[in-house]
Amino acid sequence: MIKSKKSDKGIFVGLIALSLLFIYPLVLVLVNSFKNKLYILKNPFEIPMGEMFAGLDNYIQGAMQSDFIRAFAVSLTITVLSVVGIVLLTSMTAWYIVRVKSKFTKVMYYLFVFSMIVPFQMVMYPMVYIVGQLNLNNPIGISLVYVGFGAGLSVFMFSGFIKGIPLTIEEAANIDGCNPLQTFFYVVFPILKPTAITVAILNAMWVWNDYLLPYLVLGTKEYKTIPVAIQQAVLGAYGNVNWGAFMAMLVLAIIPIVAFYAACQKHIIKGVISGSVKG
Amino acid sequence: MQKSLKKYFAIFALPTVIAFMIAFVIPFIMGIYLSFTEFTVITNTDFVGLENYIKIFTVDDSFMNALWFTTKFTIVSIVTVNVFAFGLALMLSRGIKGTNLFRSVFFMPNLIGGIVLGYIWNLLINGVLGIFDVDITYKAAYGFWGLVVLTNWQMIGYMMIIYVAGLQNVPSDVLEAANIDGASAPQRLFKVTIPMVMPSITICTFLTLSSSFKLFDQNLALTAGAPGMETSMLAMDIYNTFYLRMGFEGVAQAKAVVFFVLVALIAYIQLRITRSKEVES
Repeated sequence: MIKSKKSDKGIFVGLIALSLLFIYPLVLVLVNSFKNKLYILKNPFEIPMGEMFAGLDNYIQGAMQSDFIRAFAVSLTITVLSVVGIVLLTSMTAWYIVRVKSKFTKVMYYLFVFSMIVPFQMVMYPMVYIVGQLNLNNPIGISLVYVGFGAGLSVFMFSGFIKGIPLTIEEAANIDGCNPLQTFFYVVFPILKPTAITVAILNAMWVWNDYLLPYLVLGTKEYKTIPVAIQQAVLGAYGNVNWGAFMAMLVLAIIPIVAFYAACQKHIIKGVISGSVKG
Repeated sequence: MQKSLKKYFAIFALPTVIAFMIAFVIPFIMGIYLSFTEFTVITNTDFVGLENYIKIFTVDDSFMNALWFTTKFTIVSIVTVNVFAFGLALMLSRGIKGTNLFRSVFFMPNLIGGIVLGYIWNLLINGVLGIFDVDITYKAAYGFWGLVVLTNWQMIGYMMIIYVAGLQNVPSDVLEAANIDGASAPQRLFKVTIPMVMPSITICTFLTLSSSFKLFDQNLALTAGAPGMETSMLAMDIYNTFYLRMGFEGVAQAKAVVFFVLVALIAYIQLRITRSKEVES
């Protein structure tokens, strides 16, 4: 790159300004989460001081009203189950598809790829019916549905990687007396680890934030997830929303994401880059 | 080895296949069938041929409104998101101090889910509009630009990361050669850099296109379609037709099929156009 020191300084200042602009919406929500609920809509840009300051009241109300801790547990359970299921099952399937060459596996592969471009609304209504008929409307059942929806992208990504693994390694394991299960878990899966991390992160981001599927399948009662709880705090209030508690809920919903990001930023960025190659 | 693995179908492939059947294959086939029927419960359907498809374009004008709104929104989003993301990527590719921190900040909003994003911007936009005594549901244009700003905030960081990776692949000796040959900075950008990062541009326009066109959560949380249904996009219009209008389930399913065909068609055309512009480095 050809660079000049002078313009670098200008760009540095510009980047700082843009960063502040990017963070501002989050700061605004954080500030308002400490504001008395009566002032939030009227004075959203003011710093809460004096009688405007609500302390932790909003957080206590927000957590109580929406049963937020339970929603958090439900979201976490579904995300972990789905992601573990997706990584384990689709990597096995991808290996099977790549290594067993037949018409049938070819059709399977193309069906998985095809499913990636189909929008959710296309299958939404019949899917909700089938899931209800099979009594899958619980955290374990919905995780199975996520495996089905996530299979397209995940099988595609794993297959791409597996095609590059030389057969000789697996054949050596076979000759040494490994059955296919042993070969997969002792030899193939360790090689797949980088792709597995990417697949896990992409799917975790999707499942954790998904709204429509859990809303339609699990409803708004016992098993509501965080996005459903947030939407319900507005819809279920019929125009009488407790904005203070609501701001606190938004902050509580963002905190785990920021923590997750801080913990595995490197993997997330790498995942985005390798995940995007599917285009 | 192929033979011994083949016997393990039930362990290696069957669980995924079952989940895939339940979540995708069977609903997809049922969906196509249902789009040709009239029903209020799925077990009791009347075959009506193409009637639902005709209704989309005649009796029911909400679909065409949503299609027009979605198209406008998608075009504006593709252009703005990609221009800003590419600009940021250029700024972050100069080895300036703090590049990693800036990158983290710009990417952060992408991890937040659509519903939460929608309400964050609801607060901010209504706060600003409140100064003029109106809110985001006052005019469809407010909702439109609100969605554009929100989408930019969410997607710029993601696309920026892909562009940064693409820019790293532009060989610096080519740029230097162009510089020595007397090419100005804009010429170097448009004649060398941009053609060389065309694969990244393909990916980014594809990703912005498909996520803008299919947007739902943000739409629901920011405007919920208000005023009237003027700011409801295609995904939301289909959802509303399914769940809020009795007797229109078949029409809704027909809309979903049209939606799917549109998504597939656009993705195909767009990939062909940008792929043909790619150059070998």
